[in-house]
Amino acid sequence: MALPAKLVQEFDELVTHYPQRRAALIPALHRCQEELGGWISPETMEALAEYFAIEPVEVYGVASFYPMFRLTPPGKHVISVCHNISCELRGATQIMEHVCKKTGTKPYGTSADGKFTVWPVECQGACANAPMIDVDGVYHEDLTTEKVDSILGGLA
Amino acid sequence: MKPFEKYLLNRTTLPNSHTLAVYQANGGYKALEKVLKKPMTPAEIIAEMKASNLRGRGGAGFPCGMKWSFMPDPAKDPRPRYLAVNADESEPGTCKDRVLMEKDPHGLIEGCLIAAYAMKLQAVYIYVRGEYRKSYDTLLAAIAEARKAGLVGKRVMGTDFSCEVWMHKGAGAYICGEETGLMESLEGKRGHPRPKPPFPAGFGLWGQPTTVNNVETIFNVPFIVERGGAWLASIGTQNSKGNFLCGISGHVNKPGVYELPFGVTAREIVDEVAGGIWKGRKCKAWFPGGSSCALLRGEDLDVVLDHDSLRAKGSSLGTAAMIVMDDTTSIARVMEIIARFYDHESCGQCSQCREGTQWLAQIFHRIATGHGKPDDVATLESLAKGMAPAKTICALADAAAIPTLSAVRIFKSELEECIRQAKDPLAPPRIEYAGAH
Repeated sequence: MALPAKLVQEFDELVTHYPQRRAALIPALHRCQEELGGWISPETMEALAEYFAIEPVEVYGVASFYPMFRLTPPGKHVISVCHNISCELRGATQIMEHVCKKTGTKPYGTSADGKFTVWPVECQGACANAPMIDVDGVYHEDLTTEKVDSILGGLA
Repeated sequence: MKPFEKYLLNRTTLPNSHTLAVYQANGGYKALEKVLKKPMTPAEIIAEMKASNLRGRGGAGFPCGMKWSFMPDPAKDPRPRYLAVNADESEPGTCKDRVLMEKDPHGLIEGCLIAAYAMKLQAVYIYVRGEYRKSYDTLLAAIAEARKAGLVGKRVMGTDFSCEVWMHKGAGAYICGEETGLMESLEGKRGHPRPKPPFPAGFGLWGQPTTVNNVETIFNVPFIVERGGAWLASIGTQNSKGNFLCGISGHVNKPGVYELPFGVTAREIVDEVAGGIWKGRKCKAWFPGGSSCALLRGEDLDVVLDHDSLRAKGSSLGTAAMIVMDDTTSIARVMEIIARFYDHESCGQCSQCREGTQWLAQIFHRIATGHGKPDDVATLESLAKGMAPAKTICALADAAAIPTLSAVRIFKSELEECIRQAKDPLAPPRIEYAGAH
C-alpha cells in the first residue's frame, strides 16, 4: 500500500518543522489513523516505514507504545470513557455501565453491528467537569445517564 | 479569604478570548513589544524571571529563571537550542493548562516568544497531549494568526529576532509529561525517559540545549516582563510566589479551575471557592496536587496550599490539582484505580517500576474486591519502599509509591478491615473488566 498523495503532501510539509524527519512520525500516525480506517494497520506501518526510511518494526514499536493508536479496527464510533479517579468519584462506573448497555458492548469491545467501540481510558484532563466521555474525538463533560442517551441518540 | 488581584484567567472569560484582536485589545503582545523595542537584553529578562521567583507549575516546582540560566551561552556553544512546552497535562486531577490553551492561546504564544528571545532559541515546540484536540486546534489557529501579523516567524515585529512556534501532538502516554520522555516522544520514539545527567540544558531535543517548561509557567512570563519580577515576588508566601491555577475535582459542590494566590488554605478553597463538600458530607481524604502526591486527611485541610506547607505535612503541591473525597469513599477503591493507572503508564524500562506498579495494582485490586491476604498491607509498604525514592530513571515509580505509602500510613486500619472482613464495607458499585495495555 502506498500512502495517499494527500497525506504524503502533508507529511512533506510536516517534516520541515523539525531538524530530523523522524520527529514527524507520531503526528503522521495520527493523520493515518484519522484517514485510513481509524486504526494503524500493518500496511500503514509499512507505508510509514518506507516514508520515514526506517524499519516497519520501529513504526510498530512507536504505534504500540501510545494508547491513542489502535492496532485493531474499531467500530464506526469510538467512545472513550474515562475511568480514572476524578471521574470515578463523580459516577464514571455508572456512565461506563450505561454506555455499554446502550451500545450493546463491553469495555474494550465493539458491538456486534460494528457501530460502537467502547474504550476505558485514563485521565483525560476533564477532572473538574467529571464524569466525561470522548466520542470520536469530541469531549462530553458533566455527564448524566440522560446526557449520554442524547449523545448516543445523535450518532448515525 | 482576603481579596486579591487576578491576572491569569482575566481574559479567559471574554467573548472570543482566543482571537488575536481580543488579546491585543486587552494588552496582549505588549510585553513582547517591550522586550523587542525597548529593547531588553536576554540577561535582563532572565534577571526578572529570577527576581520573580516563579516556580514551575508542572509539578516539580523548579525555579524557572534558574532553569533558563542553565542554557549554555551561545557565544561559547553555538548549537541550535529549543524550548519544549509541556502541554501533556495528564496527571490525574489536573485540567488547568487546558483552560489557558483553549481560552487564551496567545498568552501562551507570547510567553513562548519571550522565552525564545531570552534563551536565544531557534524554535519552540508545544507538545500537547493528543486527546486535547481543542487545545491543539485553538493554538494552531492562534499561531497562524500571529504569524500573519508578523509576531511569529521571521523578523518578529520587524526586528532581527526570529522564532518559529510549532505545534506537536502526543498520543496518550502519561510518561511523556516527564521532560525526557517528552523529548524522546517529540523525536518520534517511544516515550522512554532518559537518565539524567546529562540534563536537557546540555543535551535535550536532538542532543541540543533544550528547556522544558509547563504551559502555566510560560503563561506567567509576559506578566513578569510587563510588571517586573518584584511584582510577582510580592504575591504569595515565602517560597511560593504569584497566583496559581487550582483545579479542584471530586466530591465538592463546585468543581472547577480557579485562580488563587499562594497563601490560601485548602479549607478556604474547598469551602469558599468550591462550595464545600457535596451532599452535606465531610472530607475524608484529599490529594493536594494530583494522584502522585501523598494523600492527606480531612483534618489536614487547614494547611496552606503552597510548596513548603505541604512538604511539612508530608505531601507536596504537585500540579495544585486537588482531588477531594467525602466520608463515604473507599480508600481501597481509590488506591486500586490509582495503582492501576501507574501500572498502565509505566514505560517498562526499570524493573522496580514495571514490576512494582503491577504488583501494587494487583494487591489493591484484591483488597478492594474482598480477596486481600493478611500480609498485604505490609507487602504494599515493602514494595513501595523498594520502588522509591529515586531508584529508577524517572519519578513514575515514586509517583506510584508515594500515594501508596500515604494510604498505608493513614488508612491502614481501613485497608486491614477490608482484608479481615473479606469485603470492602465502603465498596462502591463496580463492573469487572480486564485492563488493556
